[in-house]
Amino acid sequence: MTSYRDAIRTALQTLLREDPRVFFMGEDVGRYGGPYAVSKGLLEEFGEDRVRDTPLCESTFVGAGIGAAIGGMRPIVEVMTVNFSLLALDQVVNNAAVMRHMSGGQFEVPIAVRMATGGGKQIAAQHSHSLENWYAHVPGIKVLAPATVQDAHDMLLAAVEDPDPVFIFEHQMLYGIEGPLDTESTPPSPWKAAIRRAGKDLSLIAYGGSVHKALTAADELEKEGLSAEVVDLRSLRPLDRETIIGSVSRTHRAVVIDEAWKTGSLASEVSAILAEEAFYELDAPVARVCTIEVPIPYAKHLEEAAIPQVDRIVEAARRSVVGG
Amino acid sequence: MTLDISRDHVLDLLRDMIRIRRLEEKSAELYAKQKIRGFLHLYIGEEAVGVGAMHALREDDNIVATYREHGQALVRGIPAGEIMAEMYGKSNGCSGGRGGSMHLFSAERRFYGGHAIVGGGLPIAVGLALADKMQGESRVTACFFGDGATDEGEFHESLNLAALWKLPVLFLCENNEYAMGTALHRHVSDQNIADNPPAYGVPADSVNGMDVVAVERAVHNEAELVRETGKPRFLELKTYRFRAHSMYDAELYRSKEEVEEHKKDDPIESLQRRALSDGLITEADIEQIEEDAAQEIADAVEFAEQGDWEPVEEIRRHTYARDLS
Repeated sequence: MTSYRDAIRTALQTLLREDPRVFFMGEDVGRYGGPYAVSKGLLEEFGEDRVRDTPLCESTFVGAGIGAAIGGMRPIVEVMTVNFSLLALDQVVNNAAVMRHMSGGQFEVPIAVRMATGGGKQIAAQHSHSLENWYAHVPGIKVLAPATVQDAHDMLLAAVEDPDPVFIFEHQMLYGIEGPLDTESTPPSPWKAAIRRAGKDLSLIAYGGSVHKALTAADELEKEGLSAEVVDLRSLRPLDRETIIGSVSRTHRAVVIDEAWKTGSLASEVSAILAEEAFYELDAPVARVCTIEVPIPYAKHLEEAAIPQVDRIVEAARRSVVGG
Repeated sequence: MTLDISRDHVLDLLRDMIRIRRLEEKSAELYAKQKIRGFLHLYIGEEAVGVGAMHALREDDNIVATYREHGQALVRGIPAGEIMAEMYGKSNGCSGGRGGSMHLFSAERRFYGGHAIVGGGLPIAVGLALADKMQGESRVTACFFGDGATDEGEFHESLNLAALWKLPVLFLCENNEYAMGTALHRHVSDQNIADNPPAYGVPADSVNGMDVVAVERAVHNEAELVRETGKPRFLELKTYRFRAHSMYDAELYRSKEEVEEHKKDDPIESLQRRALSDGLITEADIEQIEEDAAQEIADAVEFAEQGDWEPVEEIRRHTYARDLS
């Protein structure tokens, strides 16, 4: 068994060993070993040229990654957390996403950017938000959310190989989870959603940290005689409409779980896709389980109440099946 | 002071400044005729900066420019026709009609764009220099930006990072005294812009940006020092924009007298005056340059007029390497 953080480190090592164009940079990724201990030992193995501690300047080190990618390198940039990445949004939206288009296809930006996202560690309203939808809104970039140990590894490899800018969101509660890691087989396409558990009564559609809560909810529902299918979106841009619609076409009911705020969320986007393209397959209204619309509070009981939990998913699932 | 350069060299510099001036005048005319739309930022008055700098840099160096980049693009070698077609929005433009006036690009000429987020090009320049350093290339990345960009956090962050990582970036600040319509004294606490970079360990100097010969020398010296040391340097080019910020600008923030005063330093007229009085060139030379430039611009307009509009069916092109829809 391997941990999620070790799986990312394994991928980083593979990339740094096999491709001289790859380098890794971010705040505290070198000497400190990474804020989530992902890159421990990499500085010692690969040296300061290829594992770079950056100053605290998200906009400029992400921008420098974009420039280096245009210049022929394959940078992997770590931003400590999604809240900090807002300082780099200018570079992401105004440069990374548009460079290929604005230059008429002359320049491409093969950069991979990783960052932690989500709540659950009582680190309050400047370190806990889920803003994947902000990124997924923007054409020109791709967005991945690995929920499993295997995906944490495979998606980083795929992101670096990809000719377009790829943003990877790692839920901060997942770094410690353990699971099997296969580094030999050819991984599935990162751009496709996965059915994590098959079921026939309803579809629980989730991504990132919420996938695990959806799986636990499915166990609970099974005790009540309800068979829930769990869809892990995996790729947030592009969204795999086919798998989403395919699942709901079998179960005819959908609950979408998203740790972002409901307004303008990816859960809203998935719901709209179902309304537009699978309306006649639905036997019940689509339900969304999202974070209550407040900044994430510090106090444990309030933080737990704010973000989607298993009981809220189970309740939404029951309502979808029995009505009311 | 005599010009201490050869006849051929002075003709080259003069020719390129006149080419830019005529291209810009024609662009303004075509804007009034609604052939060119969107934002159009003219370089008139600042030609000595683009021409002097481009003549000083090597063909293999990287260029990162701003939204006022027609001059740099032209002297760098992007054909006037491709620039004009880009401003028309035609598919034979240098960015395929996807960029327009503010976003001229040429991979072939290492021209990494017109950037229209003030300060946003600086981190890109730092990254290009990082890529070169890591790949063992000896080229310099020359990054143009205006005085307004020095207000931005990315300016300070980029100086710091380039100095910290010892990256071969030449920061070229085109100080035209206005951040759009806000005068230098209204937007910078220390109006001596070259004071700032040394605080980050980046050596800085200033040059009269209305004197093309001085600009060429200064940029050449700075670029060769960057190449030699592998470390960043900063050069302020003191210049002045004779025309409005963009075609939407009513210029309510400065007086006509102020503009007229600066026009006495017109970089083209002053070079002509000096070269004529030094006996380096004749009136006939100037006439010939004007004639050639007029022909080049007329051909450019024809090239743009003859260009095709990209079919709407292709709208998704260039968003990703492969269409995701």
